[in-house]
Amino acid sequence: MTGFREKVRAWLAANVPGDEELATAKRFQAALHDAGLAGITWPTEYGGQGLTAAEQQIFDQEAAHYDLPTSVFRIGMGMCGPTILDLGTAGQKARYIRPLLRGEEIWCQLFSEPGAGSDVASLQTRAVRDGDSWVVNGQKVWTTVAHLADFGALLARTDPDVPKHQGLTMFLIDMHAPGVTVRPLTDMTGRAPFNEVYFADLRLPAGAVLGQVGGGWPAAVTMLGHERVSIGGFVRIRHDPLAHANLAETARRYGRDRDPVVRVELAKLYAAERALALFNARLRQEAEAGSPPGARGSVAKLAGAQLRQQAVAVAGLIAGPHAIAWDPDDAAGDELALAINQTPSSSIAGGTDQIQRTIIGDRILGLPREPVADRDVPFRELRVGTQRPA
Amino acid sequence: MQLVLDDEQRQLRSAVRDLLADHNDVRSVVDGDARYDRGLWRRMAELGLTGLVVPEELGGAGAGHVERCVVLEELGRALAAVPFLASAVLAADALTALGDTEVLPALAAGEQVGAVALSGVTATERDGGWVLDGCAPFVLSGDVAEVFVVHTPAGWFVTAEGHRRALTTLDPTRGQAKLEFSAAPARRLEHADPGAVLERVRDLAAVALAAEQVGGIAKVLDTIVGYAKVRVQFGRAIGSYQAVKHACAELYSTSERAGSLLRYAAWAADHDPDALPLAAATAQAFTGPAYFRAAATGLQLHGGIGYTWEHDAHLYYKRAKSSELLFGTPAEQWARLADRLERVP
Repeated sequence: MTGFREKVRAWLAANVPGDEELATAKRFQAALHDAGLAGITWPTEYGGQGLTAAEQQIFDQEAAHYDLPTSVFRIGMGMCGPTILDLGTAGQKARYIRPLLRGEEIWCQLFSEPGAGSDVASLQTRAVRDGDSWVVNGQKVWTTVAHLADFGALLARTDPDVPKHQGLTMFLIDMHAPGVTVRPLTDMTGRAPFNEVYFADLRLPAGAVLGQVGGGWPAAVTMLGHERVSIGGFVRIRHDPLAHANLAETARRYGRDRDPVVRVELAKLYAAERALALFNARLRQEAEAGSPPGARGSVAKLAGAQLRQQAVAVAGLIAGPHAIAWDPDDAAGDELALAINQTPSSSIAGGTDQIQRTIIGDRILGLPREPVADRDVPFRELRVGTQRPA
Repeated sequence: MQLVLDDEQRQLRSAVRDLLADHNDVRSVVDGDARYDRGLWRRMAELGLTGLVVPEELGGAGAGHVERCVVLEELGRALAAVPFLASAVLAADALTALGDTEVLPALAAGEQVGAVALSGVTATERDGGWVLDGCAPFVLSGDVAEVFVVHTPAGWFVTAEGHRRALTTLDPTRGQAKLEFSAAPARRLEHADPGAVLERVRDLAAVALAAEQVGGIAKVLDTIVGYAKVRVQFGRAIGSYQAVKHACAELYSTSERAGSLLRYAAWAADHDPDALPLAAATAQAFTGPAYFRAAATGLQLHGGIGYTWEHDAHLYYKRAKSSELLFGTPAEQWARLADRLERVP
């Protein structure tokens, strides 16, 4: 195990590039795979390394000292890839996993719609069978990296005559196919990391189905479970201005580190950060011992979002006027502002804090669900999104 | 680091849970005249729990802090009214660190109850021996202890000679006493670095208390979740309302995260002594206020029944507040953690 850590440390020290350009990112990911460090826990027959969560943890710990240019691959590595490994045919795994691991093909996830946010299962994008193929029409939104993606995991309605959870199917689609239009969407930070995606008579082969026809909802739940672990477990240290270690340094720089209130708030932030990190480590150890995290990933996701909010409060306490106005040449000012402005997304993307609490209550604690009006009603008769009852 | 219990540790947990299910009688202390639950204490002694981390050659079980924290979690869950924290943690840890062989076997066997006074007392050499003077105003389980371990500027002492006045306590399940010494003869426990012993005792006590608190949080969560499933208002179980469900979800998150901090601190106590001071301060600072918030939430979600004497919710509320302040106020705990963070390179 020590040998693995040394290998990771030496490789990262020699190979992490200085920029995040797409071409750089793709070269880096391929080199990472060549070095045996991509898909650490994934099966070797599809290009993974077949190692354990312990090696993955070592890699994560070492990688936390860098800003790896791999964020463009995160949806594929964290969600689509693991779900294809869970549910895909041998042919799908053989076709998609290796290029995904090597950064040759970028993936996105097409779930949310203008009328289906927290209530994803009410989505309206239709896939209609036409002989041996499917024809897709509709619109997705908040689709991260769709503007760069080669493939996407699409959740579409294949049967509107059954209740909403039962009539969905998941497809693996080519984002460059005719009938797919991607329009970047600017977020509150002024950047455009996500998109609207329109489908106009997109034609899919029968082999595009991931899992079962009509089995789209369990497939989506599988993928969202991977997503929560992926988001909650993701801790950057090095350049995250909201990480405790960096805020402590900021406090020293501004001469605020002796202020008793600052000291206490930094200590509270440290404890919360440590509690989440150790909780994630415990989930990994339990998974290794044979009990997968399941809905407990929602705790990591929720606590991670709350940690960001707490850190924004501490950052303001420390930086004071520097948090709201800075010299145009001061990159630290830009970084902190970006972190403050990105924070609301932590509590929305991947399921809002409110949805996570409901998941914890329903699935972990076994509390009675809220009465639902639409569970047993055919989708066609529901009032959802932009649809009105017939 | 190991954050998951092994099979033997899980067996210990269920054995202690079974013991408490059969023999825990906290109401004999809350509603009766007993100062502590002697029946339960005797059975714990029979099982070797009172000397769990004491070395075997001194009559203990020679187990680790992870194991002791497993026991403490169960005691905290059950709100057991026994002087475990004072005698089997504070006094036993001090005497173990000081290398005492005279008193420790009786404490380990549960034959005597020990308590610790950490401040307010001075020691003077007289006629070839030592005497203690002064007043320790808040001694945990000082009301029931038979032997006192006393920290003074001149080092550590052990004595049975103090004058005690039992205090009235917020938490009816755990006693305290004011301890006064007036030229009280005491035996000196020689040690090259009495200050280091004090730090170790305090760190281990912080972890032990956190274990009790984590057990308390888990029990509060179990209780309110069980109630929210069966209590019906406006035609639905109250657990189906988001106001209640989401509060329970936050409690669960608190319980899991506090438990993770505790598991690491207990592991550090056994396997990484250099990491213990920071891990202990982190666990205690986080868990103290978290337990009180949890207990207050649990009581609130029970509604009126939670405010009655008959229901146990108030006992957890009082234990949580008492524990939150036992080893220093939250502000002091956070300041202590801040100090420790500055010592990290």
